[in-house]
This record gives sequence, C-alpha cells and structure tokens, in this order.
Amino acid sequence: MSLLDLSISELGRRLRAREFSSVELAEEALGRAEALDGSLGAFLRTTPELALEQARAADQRLAEEADPPALCGIPIGHKDVLCTAGVETTAGSRILEGFRPPYDATVVARLARDGAVVVGKMNCDEFAMGSSNENSAFQPTVNPWDAGRVPGGSSGGSAAAVAARLAVATLGTDTGGSVRLPASFCGVVGVKPSYGRVSRYGVIAFASSLDQVGPMAKTVEDAQLVLSSIAGPDGRDSTSSPAPLGDLAQALQEGVRGLRLGIPREYLEAGLEGGVRAVFESACRGLEAEGAELVEVSLPSTEFALAAYYVIAPAEVSSNLSRMDGVRFGPGEPAAPSLLEAYELARNRGFGPEVRRRVALGTFVLSSGYYDAYYLRAQKVRTLVANDFSRVFEKVDALISPTAPTPAFRLGERTQDPLAMYATDALTLPANLAGISGLSVPAGFTSGLPVGLQVLGPYLGEAVCLKVGAAVERAADIWHRIPAGFDG
Amino acid sequence: MVGADREGGAGDLDLALVAHLSRLARLGLTDVEMEVILPQLRAILTAVDRLQEADVSGVDATAQVGGMYDVMREDRVEPGLTAHEALANAPSHEAGLLRVPAIQ
Repeated sequence: MSLLDLSISELGRRLRAREFSSVELAEEALGRAEALDGSLGAFLRTTPELALEQARAADQRLAEEADPPALCGIPIGHKDVLCTAGVETTAGSRILEGFRPPYDATVVARLARDGAVVVGKMNCDEFAMGSSNENSAFQPTVNPWDAGRVPGGSSGGSAAAVAARLAVATLGTDTGGSVRLPASFCGVVGVKPSYGRVSRYGVIAFASSLDQVGPMAKTVEDAQLVLSSIAGPDGRDSTSSPAPLGDLAQALQEGVRGLRLGIPREYLEAGLEGGVRAVFESACRGLEAEGAELVEVSLPSTEFALAAYYVIAPAEVSSNLSRMDGVRFGPGEPAAPSLLEAYELARNRGFGPEVRRRVALGTFVLSSGYYDAYYLRAQKVRTLVANDFSRVFEKVDALISPTAPTPAFRLGERTQDPLAMYATDALTLPANLAGISGLSVPAGFTSGLPVGLQVLGPYLGEAVCLKVGAAVERAADIWHRIPAGFDG
Repeated sequence: MVGADREGGAGDLDLALVAHLSRLARLGLTDVEMEVILPQLRAILTAVDRLQEADVSGVDATAQVGGMYDVMREDRVEPGLTAHEALANAPSHEAGLLRVPAIQ
C-alpha cells in the first residue's frame, strides 16, 4: 500500500487532517520513482528540489488557508512537451537537449497556482509524434502491466507513471489520441478536452490546429479536478475558449439515466480484437443497467479520417518544426562552415526517423503542384468528419467505442511499419479533426492487459464525457487495481 | 515541380524529389537516409491517396475548429523576457546578439 494508491480527494482529506504532510507525500512519490522507474522509463527527469520546495509551500497553505485548492500538495508530472521554467524540456528530442525554458506553460502555471507539486518531466514520443513511446530519442517507456509491451503514445510516460503510482496525476497532450491511447493501454483515465478548452501557451507545438493538453489520472474524478484547474480562457492563447466550463464536479454526481449514447458502427468494424470487443460489450451492458439508452449510429466519413489526419498533421509539423534550427535553443552546430550547413547538421543530428518522415511528408503535401490534391482536399475531408459528428450529436448525447482496436502491443512490433503504427489511432484521431471533447476510461482487462472505453462528446461537452466515464468506471470497478511489481 | 493539380503523388516520388524535399526542409538527409525514407514516404502517400476517393464537391475546407474569430485584446505593454533570458539557451551568442556561421 502506497499513499499514491489514494484518490486526490482522499489524499486531500488526509493532508488537511495532518495524517501526513505534502513533503512526506512528495518524498514517497520521488522514492517510488527512484526505486521503480529504472525499468519503466516513465520519467525523463525527476525534479526533487522543485518538488520539495513546492511541497513545503503547499504544507504552509494547508496549514493557513481555510479552503485550500483540491490539488494543493498533490504530486504530479508534466509531459516533456510542456515548458517548465528553468527545468530542462526536450519534447523527447535531441534537438532540444539542454533547453531550459525561460517561462512556464499556462497549464504548468495554473497547476502551480493550485498548489500541485511537480515531481518530474514525463517521457514521450519525439515532439509527441508516435503511438508507442518508442520514438523518444532518449529511452522507451514500457507498459507497467507487461514490460514486453508499449505503454502507448505519445503521452506514454504520463500514463505509465499514473498506472505505476509514481505520480498521482499527470498532464499529456492529445493531437490524434496521444492522451486517450496510452490511457487505454495503461489502464488509466485520460481526457482530451475540446479544442480551445485548455490553453496551448507554452506547449511545444506539434500540430497547432489539433493539439490539446489533457489530464491523466487514476479516476474520472481525479481527472476532473486537474481539468478544472487547467481549463479556461488565457490571454496568451487566442484560440482558448471563453465558454464557461460548468460545474464538472456536479456532472460526476449525475448518473447516465435518460442519456442516449451512440455507438458508431464504423468504429466496431475492421481490426477490432475479440478481447477488446468483449470488454466493450460488457461496458455497454453496464451503461444500460444504469439507465442509458444505446443506439447504433453512423459516421460515414470515418474511412477517410486517417488519410486526412496524415496530411494535415505532417503539414503543420513541417511548418511548426522549422523553428528547430539550432540557433536560439538546443545544442545547434555553431561551428559549421556555413549557416545552411549549420541548419542541416543540427536538424539531421537532432531529429529522429519519425520526425524526419513527417517533416518531409508535410513539406511534400504543401508544395506547389500537390497542395490542392493533398492539403486542401484533406481540409475538406476534415469538414466532412466534423459534419458527421454534428449530425449524430443532434440525436445522441455522447458516443462510446473502444479507445483502440487492440490492447497494448509488443515493443518493436510496429516500429518498422509506419502505417501499422498510424492505424493505432484510427478511433481517436477523428475527434481531433473535429475539435470535440473525449476521454478514455478503463473498462476491463483482456489477457491481463487493460482495455479503455472511449467517450466522445460534442464541442465543449466535457461534462457529458465525464458523466459517462464515471458510470463506466463504477460498473467496471477496477481503478484500484495496480500492476504487479508496483503494488508494494 | 509539377504546376497543375495532381491526382495522387505517390507515383511521382523518387530520389530526386526526396532530395528536393530534404533541401527545402533543411533535413540534410544523406544518400543512404534518402534510400531508406523513399519507400516509407511512398507507402504513406499511397495510403493517403485514399483521400482522392472522397466526394468533397461543394464542401468548404476547414480553417479552424474552435469557432473563435478575430480575437482582440488590449494593446498593453507587459513585461517580457530580458535579452539575457532570451539568449540563455542559444548555443552561441555575443554582445547581446545571436551568433551564427556566415551565409555562403
């Protein structure tokens, strides 16, 4: 039994009752990371000095404030694409080795404002491009449920750390499923907020029209507490939405009775593994038992979504990553004989194979002669995908599906086949194209591996996603299960 | 480079085009790296060519999904990074300026 097995609200109660201090809680998280992360690889670096300083401040607030924030004193981790002032931030890439941002991302600042304690920076696929964490330039993260398997990506370190109880909650980013997929593979909750719900200021950009920061946690309630801290408008991100978040805590208390939930036919077709299907069907029965009405719906443009995504995302990559030139940050090549060679050397040495592929592909689809056939056409298909969702949300309150067609796959299984890796995100990336809300919640196990259920809600529909997620969580009753080897 | 719109570019992709992309994107790919990446890009583009089957007649392209237009803010001076902070991560700087090799 570890303190990190407890939910945020339970930890908060005990911190306020002085059963233990925030410093003791942070020391336990750091001690577990020290003892257990060597084989897991979830952390790119721990931040003990920062953590203990923040924990001491949290203890003071807990002693002095009548009503400290729910996250006060809670140990968290940040995916390494989130800028943390003075703390090395690499986005999993050699090209940013040694980069110490001079400022905090808005999400990092908001969690600090609410008293959360940062224990480290979490491993991820390079610039968040990948579905397995094997594209990290520094180390792979393995799945805490089976060290021969991937944790999912790209927020794999964030997911694995929560599953292994090395942090109470973490932040990830979701551009095509990078929060929901690792949440499914590692058996934790992961929320992809609607586009604009959470500020992207200080998030190292992958694909700016798709990126969103989201919480990863053991329970839906824990994820809601983190989301409530980080969400909301930010003057530093003009795409952030001023729409009120609503009372998300209240939403969790409401059941699903009377809700109409759609099951997209297309999401249950090709490639769905039998064990995943069985877990999904069992979760559906649980939702019906709680009073939800389940109906089949169709999202006919789903078949084109993957292709559209793999034009739009690389196009934005090729543009966003042009700033990685080794001049303002990163090791660079200042001794190269010419500026052009300095750029080419820095980028050739700094970028791994997947990043190179996407930059090359993005450059191609944006180039003269191919722009209309690829980029423009993909943006029209994107409209079709968004229209599909708008149509079904006139008839249903939310959609449910498996988060991924399979449970966690083996390390190395898909690294030689980029297309097989891309297909991993087939059920998650349409939500990013459309900008809608979603989450993944643990629904069961198949052959000892966790299986997540995806809930998709309308634009700004986080409340209904959380409500359905909480019902799935209640019916499954597995959130307290801990992977062997991490339960000491 | 081809001037007109093309229906499917996977077939156009060859080593010369990969070399052109590498130059445009400053990737500095070696000959061996180009040999490796060519079939990978071709396979991805072949899959992406699926897009050509979608009926997009009369459909507007998505420009953004958040629904936020013309977001304005007060034109206020706020503290920003100092020159020292802005240069702190640069591999080479001198006298408050970034230093880079000469353009040749």
